[in-house]
Amino acid sequence: MSSEVMGEASLSIIGVLLLCLLFVMGVAIARLRNLFAIVILSGIYSLVCAAWYILVDAVDVGFTEAAVGAGMSTVVLLGAILLTSRTAKPERRLARLGPFAVCVAAGALLIYATADLPAVGDAGSPANAGVGLTYLKINWADTGVPNVVTSVLASYRGFDTLGETVVVFIAGLAVVLLLGFGERALGETLRKRKKEDETP
Amino acid sequence: MWDIILERGSYWAIIGVMMIGLYIAFSAENLIKRLVGLSMFQTTICLFYVQLSNVANATAPILLPDDMPKGAYGAERVADLAHAYSNPLPHVLMLTAIVVGVATLSLGLALIVRINEAYATIEADEIRASDVEVQLAEDADAARTGGEVVI
Amino acid sequence: MKSDHHLILRVIAKCLLPLITIYAFYVQFHGEVSAGGAFQAGIVLAVTVILYALIFGLAEAMRAVPPWFARGLAALGVLVYGGVGVWAMVQGGQYLEYQALFNEPPGGHDGQHAGIILVELGVLFAVAGAMVSIFYALAGRVAEIRDEDW
Repeated sequence: MSSEVMGEASLSIIGVLLLCLLFVMGVAIARLRNLFAIVILSGIYSLVCAAWYILVDAVDVGFTEAAVGAGMSTVVLLGAILLTSRTAKPERRLARLGPFAVCVAAGALLIYATADLPAVGDAGSPANAGVGLTYLKINWADTGVPNVVTSVLASYRGFDTLGETVVVFIAGLAVVLLLGFGERALGETLRKRKKEDETP
Repeated sequence: MWDIILERGSYWAIIGVMMIGLYIAFSAENLIKRLVGLSMFQTTICLFYVQLSNVANATAPILLPDDMPKGAYGAERVADLAHAYSNPLPHVLMLTAIVVGVATLSLGLALIVRINEAYATIEADEIRASDVEVQLAEDADAARTGGEVVI
Repeated sequence: MKSDHHLILRVIAKCLLPLITIYAFYVQFHGEVSAGGAFQAGIVLAVTVILYALIFGLAEAMRAVPPWFARGLAALGVLVYGGVGVWAMVQGGQYLEYQALFNEPPGGHDGQHAGIILVELGVLFAVAGAMVSIFYALAGRVAEIRDEDW
């Protein structure tokens, strides 16, 4: 066994171990009732995801997951907990059986289907030999941008990204319309400060 | 046996995490826990796509200097690559999906906050019970005043 | 500010905030050459405002970055993105065809570079504005974060 093959094998074992860590965290989230612990665990889950993305050479995705999953969504979830409740009600034991059976059945079917998937890291699989490889080959002559992810994101698939940007904008707008512009907190604080200034 | 685990093990682990996310989304009565499960499920879809785009012995899809010939613009559009790179297309799709995911997650949380203000609870079964109670009270009210009862 | 028992937090945050902002712009403008891009930079930029709000209070953050500014920034981002497409159409190309921005022959890269930078700027504005608005909306719903809630 050459050192390169050994290195590749050990990398994929590390990858599987990280995914098993995700599985353990998922089980912990399913069993927990403290919402604060659930949210912090889901932030750690995102960080481990980001590490795994770096391991499989998806550096841009890993960066996004670290910034979005571990940073932004944790903050948003904490804000929602602050406004609602801190603990979840215990679930009825019998009511868990149905979802459990469905998930086990679906998981078994999906694992059966992996027999037809290309092996991990196969360069000749239909997904990797098609348009993705073409982007890599024509990118430098077309755009002169070294980061192929950026050029595909902004240039080759500019329409797609325009749609995503509009979705993010509309989601932000919808949240603001549902919850107000934050004037409630601002007014409260200003009133308090005014009172403090007047009392002494 | 060892080869099969190396070739397929990642897929099995991803499917395991996926099913845990699905289970949380199905079984949790608490709406916030349910949303956490949904976002876990969504993340595993990203994991699966990125795993498919991985190429053995390749690097991240950022061109190395060997593949950026100076002054060769326009000479040959389709160039041969000196190094192997991972497939950039799934990376792009998942990158935008993650950002849109957090935007939709916060939209869902905003709805939950409004639900909590209207029902004073975020447990799905309590919300259903409260809905039934209100409907029954309205029906009783309509029957007492002689109005039409719609079933 | 009656009791200042978050003193270390405040001092460290004051040192960190400019660094995080510079890092966001580095990610933004270096995204063509290395890992990173507008989506990540937008989130990091929004996180600076969120960190400021968490440590110095929401009212202070709203004075530094008013809610109307965050909303306007998000709208401006989408407009910039769409505007690049219209610019390409005015120059006689297809919508978002960067090659047509300066009417270059194939092989010229100025239009591609300008188009990508402008489009990424639009994404930066839209993502940062939308995320800050979302945070203001969620955090502004409570009267004030009490100390025991930390």
